[in-house]
Amino acid sequence: MPRRTIVTDYLARVEGEGAMTVQLDGDRVERVELRIFEPPRFFEAFLRGRSFLEAPDITARICGICPVAYQTSAINAMESLCGVEVPEPIRLLRRLLYCGEWIESHALHVYMLHAPDFLGYESAIELARDAPEAVERGLALKRTGNDLMTLLGGREIHPINVRVGGFYRVPTRRELRALVEPLERAREAALETVRWTVGFDFPERLVECDLVALAQPGEYAIERGRIRSSSGLDLAPAEYDEHFEELHVERSNALQSQLRGGGTYLCGPLARFSLGSAHLSPLAREAAAEAGLGDECRDPFRSIVVRSVELVHACDESLRLIEAYEEPERPAEPVEPVAGTGYGVSEAPRGLLYHRYRLDGDGTILDAKIVPPTSQNQLAIEDDLRDVVARNASLDDQALRGLCEQTIRNYDPCISCATHFLDLQVERR
Amino acid sequence: MTRTVVIGIGNRLRGDDAAGVVVAEQLRPRVRDGVEVVSCDEEPSRLMEAWEGAESVLLVDTVSSGSPPGTLHRVEAGEQAVPARTFRSSTHAIGIADTIELARALGRLPRRVRIYGIEAGGFTTGAALTPAVESAVAFLVKDVLHDLEEERCTSAR
Repeated sequence: MPRRTIVTDYLARVEGEGAMTVQLDGDRVERVELRIFEPPRFFEAFLRGRSFLEAPDITARICGICPVAYQTSAINAMESLCGVEVPEPIRLLRRLLYCGEWIESHALHVYMLHAPDFLGYESAIELARDAPEAVERGLALKRTGNDLMTLLGGREIHPINVRVGGFYRVPTRRELRALVEPLERAREAALETVRWTVGFDFPERLVECDLVALAQPGEYAIERGRIRSSSGLDLAPAEYDEHFEELHVERSNALQSQLRGGGTYLCGPLARFSLGSAHLSPLAREAAAEAGLGDECRDPFRSIVVRSVELVHACDESLRLIEAYEEPERPAEPVEPVAGTGYGVSEAPRGLLYHRYRLDGDGTILDAKIVPPTSQNQLAIEDDLRDVVARNASLDDQALRGLCEQTIRNYDPCISCATHFLDLQVERR
Repeated sequence: MTRTVVIGIGNRLRGDDAAGVVVAEQLRPRVRDGVEVVSCDEEPSRLMEAWEGAESVLLVDTVSSGSPPGTLHRVEAGEQAVPARTFRSSTHAIGIADTIELARALGRLPRRVRIYGIEAGGFTTGAALTPAVESAVAFLVKDVLHDLEEERCTSAR
């Protein structure tokens, strides 16, 4: 077979701007590249010189889909450095807000971005013509997540009600009760989503790399936790940099992460589920069992089923949190700055989000580092892509391109998040 | 009376991207009863909800299609597909063109959908509208008021 190059110049149904190149010589895969050309966004540089209290609102702007993840990791870093532990009702409100983001983000990805791949449609619009009830269900689910974010965050995109130490205003029990009925409907829709996605056709795939996710005793880790891996790592957030490193490669405006000294790892729904499925709500566990998922899932194509199970969990957990809600005595704890380095992690819809800040004694940020899940998953995506191409080299170009794009979308990459970084070095002589 | 909804779309912090929102603000105190004016982001279900039950919807947004700044584009989307090249715009997967086509597929599109696109001159963070876009906004406000008046006369007949 002749040498072939398959290029997708502008990846559809992902957040942000990226491209893909695959080069084959006969059946041999010569080159596989996920190129991220969305321009670098320099957030880490804007943070220098700003107050530690501004980090949640500045970093929220990195992404319109997962702003709560940025706010939470930033807050965790600041509060842990300043020795503040917020009261339980505040923590649970944060978890509830975060559930809203999971619902909104997962519903978008499952229905609008990913399902068309399995059902042979170019886009959700074509899917809507043939299966309007499914798309309506997805839009309603997404809407419930957005409503939760609006109530707790002040608005649905880039919430403005979140601060270091807590919130500016906390909701009343009555305000939260108003969301019970929509969330019950959303939970039904999420269960239906599991039943819908499990009926798709899945090529058999397994990723063998290390899986990395947060863990927290007794709960499915979302807004806090220790960093754990399938190979046995169990780290405090402060130990992240000792075990993971970021590299720059020419083709990408995003840094690529790896285990120090080499080693690909994956974070996101597959990692969370595989390391923590025992902590899903009973209803979500039951849905996972009915979907035939077992205790772990290393099949990237089935990530759509795992996301659907996480939708069930996020709806269920939201209802539990609303039921148990007690208004905190005050909306926020006072936080005095402390000189030093703070570390924060949380589980963004796409996976582990790490923040590190160095502050001086008056709370000015001297240095910031942010590692989003898509940067961490880039190597795993490329490895998976290489293997998918090698196994399917006999397909014609169009079919192979489709399969490759689907392989990338299995990871729900958020390219806008991944290019937030600054790594600009100027050498002068 | 026909229910009409005018939706201004944009981001106040991004120079000319604010144009749709500015048009909505200027229209709000001047429209007749039965016309609802809203400012909106592109969240698809939010847009569909804003025009739910309306017979007619007017959307105003900024576009970047390569025409000279201040150029006004008008698309009758009730009758034709929205040119996705002109109204692409969103880095978050679902923009105006997609939302309209999605609503059409779901049977949730009002009978009459008119989109006004104002060609942007710049998207500098924190900047005011550029002069060309500012004049286009003033022109469009008059044009929309005229359009709404005509619609009222037609529906009264």
